This record gives sequence, structure tokens and C-alpha cells, in this order.
Amino acid sequence: MSRTSSAPVEARFLDLLFSRRAVLLATIVLSVVALLCVCAPWVAPDDPARMSVRARLTEPGMTYWLGADAFGRDVASRLLYAGRVSLGVGLGVAALSSLVGIAIGLCAGFFQRLDGPLSRLVDAMMAFPDILLAIALVSILGGSAVNVIIALSIVYAPRIARIVRASTLVIRELPFVEAATALGVSTPSVMVRHVLPNIISPIIVQATFIFAYAMLAEAGLSFLGVGIDPSTPTWGTMVNEGRQYLDQALFLILFPGLAISVSVLALQLIGDGLRDALDPRLAKDL
Amino acid sequence: MRSYLARRLIGMAVVIFLVLTIAFFIVRLAPGDPAALMLGPEATAEDAAVLRQQLGLDQPIFVQYLKFLGNAVRGDLGTSIFFKQPVTQVLLGRAEPTVFLSLFSLTIALIIAVPIGNYAAYRRGSFLDQASISTAMLAASVPSFWTGLMLQRYLATDLGWFPASGYGGPDAHFWERMRHLLLPSIVLGIVNSALVLRFTRASMLDILGEDYIRTARSKGMGEARVVLRHALKNAAIPIITVIGLTFALLVSGAVVTERVFNIPGMGNLVVSAVLRRDYPVIQGTLIVVASLYVLINLLTDLAYLLVDKRVRY
Repeated sequence: MSRTSSAPVEARFLDLLFSRRAVLLATIVLSVVALLCVCAPWVAPDDPARMSVRARLTEPGMTYWLGADAFGRDVASRLLYAGRVSLGVGLGVAALSSLVGIAIGLCAGFFQRLDGPLSRLVDAMMAFPDILLAIALVSILGGSAVNVIIALSIVYAPRIARIVRASTLVIRELPFVEAATALGVSTPSVMVRHVLPNIISPIIVQATFIFAYAMLAEAGLSFLGVGIDPSTPTWGTMVNEGRQYLDQALFLILFPGLAISVSVLALQLIGDGLRDALDPRLAKDL
Repeated sequence: MRSYLARRLIGMAVVIFLVLTIAFFIVRLAPGDPAALMLGPEATAEDAAVLRQQLGLDQPIFVQYLKFLGNAVRGDLGTSIFFKQPVTQVLLGRAEPTVFLSLFSLTIALIIAVPIGNYAAYRRGSFLDQASISTAMLAASVPSFWTGLMLQRYLATDLGWFPASGYGGPDAHFWERMRHLLLPSIVLGIVNSALVLRFTRASMLDILGEDYIRTARSKGMGEARVVLRHALKNAAIPIITVIGLTFALLVSGAVVTERVFNIPGMGNLVVSAVLRRDYPVIQGTLIVVASLYVLINLLTDLAYLLVDKRVRY
């Protein structure tokens, strides 16, 4: 019976979330894209690295659904494998920047002595434009997928930290936190078990948007040739490689560009939907 | 007011100090010897030793840090390893296209987004409102380099309306150079209009819900006067905020767009610097851009004072 207690709440949340058809559609589209990419080894029509000189720059057709690139590699297969990296980096950045941002934001919101220095640090970090800071960090850390995740998490963690700090400052003053402290619950436990669950909604919303921004930033870095090592295909590298053939083979940049745009758009729609569903007061303003 | 200004200036100084500190330590984060890293794999140990001494890397890190801060305050951001010139000079030499690209694209974004944003808010829930929000979200989802490449292919290569790339060559006339910035500015303008549109719409919605608008209407004032004289006047204020907000977006966009259209600006410079491992240039760009961001945000806050009589500090 205990499960049913939260079931109506969850059902209402899902009803609210998917009451907008755009959000439902975005969720379906993103799930399908993600599923196809994860299952790439089974669903990809060809080996993404197999070259064929005769198939060079083949237009999309029956043999090569989305065409073949300058090395005669199957674009559809590369698109699926590249999606694993592009989506993986986005998800990784959303998770890591949330963890770091939560830690910084909770400390700044809870310990007044730390608030000043941490807030100024967050301000300074946010003064750097995202791509520029990411370029600098990746150039120093080196261009692997993990380093790109670390670099972009450093770039986006301050955004989470700012939201967490602001929410913590409000929640900290509420009676139940005071009660927990009076009962002798340790400060870290109050922070994680009492404050965090109450501020998780804005974090989830922001993390969804960071997922989207990180995918765009990663694509930008790969396009500039300063991101993940070009031997690993990502949607951004595919556009960069296809650039040289812009006049002869537009499909080389068309499909990876569409893949990025569709995924990012879906994430932004889901982010908007989550914001409205998690905070119904905001919904009326839209 | 004076105390507010003093507080803001001190706050700005602290943030710029932190910006300098972050920029200094980012380069020191690199694993291994920075001198060897800058010189690349072909360099000998002697070359590295000479460069280390030149850059002062043989001194304790704290001494290096103090020297770096002292130099930066005097406007000395070090010497580019590739150009063998002061970083400030290298950056200034590349500033023209980036500054004009940013100004043009900001203007284009404002021209597109401010009227549509205001109108969408006024006709809230209408087809036009929904279409404009959807388009803005789409514009914010498409990578700017992709939009750039597509427009380059169709508008420049196929139709020949714009120069496809470059900056007109070394001896090009000023207007010729500006002509080369048109298409890149349109691309960046479209990308940035998404943020401006959302922001303008949201603030106009706030204003239309205010009591004084209701009062104006209940006095029997004509709808055109309510909107033109009361609402639009106050809706102009958020535009100042948007200029501050879009700055970071403009710079990030400029880095990518300059690369797409092969424009020799600061964005292109920083990407080349990464590929050449020219760390002083990367560091210098970070410092200049971040400091400008802090300054612009201070200026936009101060501009509020002049425009909005209700704001008092």
C-alpha cells in the first residue's frame, strides 16, 4: 500500500508534464534518438569506420540511406555512433555540473562565512563566455570526451550553484530545518536530507537546459577542431568534416546539423515542460 | 547613490581580480611543463629551458602570480609566443571585425526581436505569439555554425548575394570590409534574436499586467495610446538588460561565426592560438573578454538610473 501514497502525485505530475503535446512529442523524439544511438552496434547499417573509395560522396539512396562521406564511410552509421558521444557528453555535463553546483551552492547558502568568497567566485566564472572558457580548458586538459565533460562542467556548474544558493537561503530559514537542527541532526545531514530534496525542482529544470547547452557547446568545440579528438565521431566533427564539401555534398552537414538541432530543441521543450509541471505557479505566466 | 557606485566599483574590482586569478591558474593547470607544451614535441630541452626563463616559469609560482597581476594591472598581458608581439597589441589588431560583427548582429537581433516580442506579448496566446515563441526556441536550438554554413551555401555561393567568406583582403576599403560582415552578422543576429525575443516578451507581459496600465484603460484612454505612451516607454528599459546579457552570447557566437566565414577577428585568433598552443594569447583573450563583460554589466545597471526614474540606489 505504501507505493500508492505517492502514485497519485506522480500521476498528476506526469499528466501535467505531458498535457502539452509539444512536451510529449519532444520526449518521444528524444527517447527514440537516444535509443537508436545506444543500440548503434545493433541497428547501424554498417561499420562507421569502414572506408570505401568507390562510395566516396555517394548521395543518400538505397545502399547508403544518408549518403557516404569523403572516405566512403556510411553517414547513417556514423550519425548513430556520433550520437552516443554527443548525447553522452551532454548527459555527463548535466550530471557533473549539477553535483559540483549543488555542493558549492549548498555551502554558500548554509555557511555565511563562505557565502561571500564562493559567490564572488561564481560571478567571476560566469564572466567568461561559455565557449571561450571551454576552449581554454580543453586546450589545457586535452581533447578527450572525459576532459570535454570536465571542462564544460566547470563552465556550467556556477549556474547551478547560483540557483542552489538562492533556494537554500530561503529553505534554511523554514521551521522544519530549525527543528531538525534542534533535534541534533548534523549540518551535512540537514543539508543533504532536509534542504536538498526541497530545492531539487529548479535543479532538475536547469540541468535539462544545461544538457542542451552542453550539447551545443560540444558541437561548437568539435566544429572548431578544439574539442574531442577528431578520430572519435561526434555530430560537431561530422559537420566540420563535411564543411569542405559544402558545395558538392550538402547532405554531409545537413544530417548531423539536424540531429543536433532536433535533440537540443527536444531538450529545451522538455525543460520548459518540467519547469511548468514542477512549479505550477510559473505555468500561468507562459 | 555615491555609496552604491563605490560598492559596485569595489565589487567589480574583486571580480576582475578573481578573473585574473582564474586565467592565471587555468594555464598552470596543464599537466607537465608549460614551456615544453607551448613549444610542441619537436622542441629540445634547451629550447624549453630558454622559454621557461623568458616567461619567468623558473621562479616560485607565487612570485609568478604577483608579477602577472602587477603586469596585468598595467595593461601588460604578456607576449604572444607565435607573433612575438605583446598580447594586447595582437588582440587590438584583431578587434575591428569582432567589434563590428558584434554591433551589427546586436542591432539585427534588436530589430527582429523587439517589435515581435512586444507584439507577441500584446497578442498573448494568439497564433503569432505561439509562432514567435516556437521560432525563438528553434533559433536557440540550431547550432550557429550550422546556420552559418547553410546560409553561406544558399545566399552566398548559390545566389551570390553576399561575399562567401573572408574580410576583403589586406588592402580592402572600410566599406568592402563591412560588406563581408553582412552575412555573418545576419547569422549571429538570428541566433541572438531568440534570447532578446523571449526577454522582451516576458517584460512586456509584466508591464501589461501593471496597475497603471489598467488605470490608463479604465480612464477610457484609447488602446493605441495605452500601448504607445505607457507600455512601450517602460518596455524600452529591459532592452538595456538584454544588451548586457547578450554580450557573452555574442562573443561565443563570434568565435564560431568568424571561423565559419574565415574572418580574421579575435574569435578566429583564439582558436588559432589553441591550435598553436599560444597560451599567453588564450589567457589574454579570456581576461579582456571577461573584464569587458563585468564592465558592460556595470554600465547597464548604471544606465537604468538614467532611464528609469523609479530606480534609486
